[in-house]
Formats: sequence, C-alpha cells, structure tokens
Amino acid sequence: MILELHQVACARGGRLLFTQLSLTLGAGEAVVVTGPNGIGKSSLLRLAAGLIAPFEGRVTRSGRIALATEDLALDTERRLGEALSFWARLDGLAAVDRRAAAALDTVGLGKLADVPVRLLSTGQRRRAGLARVLAAEAPLWLLDEPGNGLDVAGVAMLERAIADHRAGGGAVLLTTHQPLALTDAWTLALDGHVPA
Amino acid sequence: MTAAMTLVATLIARDVRRGYAGGGAGLVCGFFLLSVVLFPFAIGPDRAVLMRVGAGAIWVAALLAALLPVERLVAPDVESGWFDQIRVHGLSLPLVMALRILAHWLAFAPPLMLAALVAAGLFGLETAALVRVEAGLLLGTPGLAALAVATGALTAGLRGAGGLAGLLLLPLALPLLIFGAGSGDMGAPKLLAAVSLMLVAGAPWIAAAAIRSVRD
Repeated sequence: MILELHQVACARGGRLLFTQLSLTLGAGEAVVVTGPNGIGKSSLLRLAAGLIAPFEGRVTRSGRIALATEDLALDTERRLGEALSFWARLDGLAAVDRRAAAALDTVGLGKLADVPVRLLSTGQRRRAGLARVLAAEAPLWLLDEPGNGLDVAGVAMLERAIADHRAGGGAVLLTTHQPLALTDAWTLALDGHVPA
Repeated sequence: MTAAMTLVATLIARDVRRGYAGGGAGLVCGFFLLSVVLFPFAIGPDRAVLMRVGAGAIWVAALLAALLPVERLVAPDVESGWFDQIRVHGLSLPLVMALRILAHWLAFAPPLMLAALVAAGLFGLETAALVRVEAGLLLGTPGLAALAVATGALTAGLRGAGGLAGLLLLPLALPLLIFGAGSGDMGAPKLLAAVSLMLVAGAPWIAAAAIRSVRD
C-alpha cells in the first residue's frame, strides 16, 4: 500500500466537500479524479499530500511523495536545470545534475536546461513541473490537472511517463478534465453529494 | 557531508543568493546610507550634536533599510507553491524559516555593518563609539532579520503588504532601537542581545504558522 484514505471527510471554507471517501493505491495503480470545478479535486490531492488535514478519517502514506500542481515552485530567475537540481538535492539524492538532465530529456526540455525558468511558456512550465516529479523518484505521484497547457505531443509524453512510473511499481493519483489514455486506471468521480 | 548538512547548506545558499540577486543587498545599503546622509542636512553641521545623535541615527536608518526586502523574503515563495513542496518533501517549516532568517542575516547584516563604517565617518564618531555601534549592530541585526522574515510571512498574500509590513515591523523593533542606540549604556548590550535572541527564537514558529494559515 502506497496511499490509503480511510473514511475521509474534507472541509474547506466552512463547507464539506466530500465525506466517507475511502481509497487505496498500491504499486502500479492509478486513480483518476474527475468532477466539475470547485468540487474538491485539488483539495483531495492536497489532503493526500498532507498539506491539509482531513476533517474526519485517516490518511496513510508510505514512502516519499511528488506533487505537481499549477504552482511550479521553481526559482524563476535560475536556470531550469539548476532549479530542478535544487529539489533533488534537498531529497538527498545522488547525482542530482545528471538526474535533473535525464528528467528534462524525458519531458522534452533537455535543450532548455540553461534557460531561466521565467522564460518558459505555459506548456513548458507544465513539462518542467513533471520533470521535477520525475527527478524526485518518489513512489507516489500526485498530479493536479497535469495535461493543462500541454500540446498533443505533451499529453502523449505525460501518458508515457505515467505508464513507465506504474510499470516501475509507482502509484499515481491525478485530477483531470481531459481524457487521458491510462490503462487499468480507476476513475473517482466527485459529484459534491454529501450525506446528511 | 551528511544529508542534514547538505540540506542546510542547500537552503542557506539558495536564500543568500536570492538576497544578493538583483542588487538586493546593494539597495539596502544604498538606502541606509541615503537615510543617514539626511540627518546632517536636517540637524545641521554642528560636530558635537552629530556625534551625540550618530548612533541613534544609524539605528533608525538600519530599521528603515530593514523594511525594504520584507516583501521579497517570503511572499514570492508562498505564491509559487515553494513552501507546499517543502512540506511535501517532509521538511520542517520552522526549521526552514530559521534557516531563512540566518540566510537573510548573512545577506543583510554584513553589508549594512560595512556601510555603517561610512555612516560613522559622516557623523564623526570616535573609535570607541564606532566599536559600540558595530557591536550593537552585530547583536541587534539577527533580531531585525528575524522580525523581517516573520513580518514578511504575516503579510504574504495581503494587499498593501509593504505598508502593512512597516506598521507591524517598526513598533516591534522598538526594543532593538532603544537598546541598540543606547548600547554605550551599562547593560544595554545584554538587553539588546536578549531581545534579539528572543526574536530569533520566536520568529521561525510565527512565520511557519503564518505560511500554513495562508496555504491551508
């Protein structure tokens, strides 16, 4: 078991978003969270990441986490390669520069390693966020709308990266509005229904 | 180098680099010197008066200069999700904020203390007075750095954060000003060190709680 949510309830801004939500993610598994805007998809990811506490229930994680949201969290004035290496270095990983370069190659940004982060386009920033996740080598990926801003080739790259991660024993919990070709992935549709 | 030392060195190096980036430290020193220069113009050229008010004027200018970087210390990292990643990586926010205070002090205090040498010359301070001012800055600037980081965290994401930071920081820095400017008095250096230590000890927790409340 890499992630387990047991009878979890989440409240934001004094409003219950969902209750009694249980979910278990093991090696090689993926869950796609869908639902309309504001229903609590990103909150579910933040809850799984430990950034917010559940109103009720229990969240259990084993191993490290890699989180990618619309917030890039890379120093905008630094070169892309250096900015990625920073996070790998914080994780105490070895060969951080080589790791960052490999991650950038995987997401198709290998040639932009020396470009300042602030000069990246929206799609490139999304790819850079995925590169940070790849470089972390964490068993659990939490991806918030990872396909946003990506072109067709970018979406294909994302699907490949997720498949490779799962094949390597990793697990993925992601939110999306767009259909992604993920084999044997569970879908969790949030509908905003909260039992009285 | 152990993993913990690598972590500490990585975080401090990043924050010091950001402190100096874009002429940040130079801006603080420039503002400090410009503020100090205003005093002789306002008070007049009387050497005895300038010598008497010199230490106080240097401390007032240091406080005003400490306000300049407050908006850049925490808010950009809150907005970019940097602190979320820090938490996801399992790092302690109070520890990260303590390191940020140290890094801010390294980027802010040494240049300010160098600039204070020039300022002391403008006021015609004698060697003994100059040593007292520099010793006071050495003891007081850690507290000032801690206050700046805590204020930056408390005002992160708020509209008009710059003005609000001034309203928060300046009153809280009064003990530093009183004991720093009076560091020639008996017991003042010890009180200055005590206030500074108290601020350094408390600020990381306050800053961490403020960041959590913004992002939760």
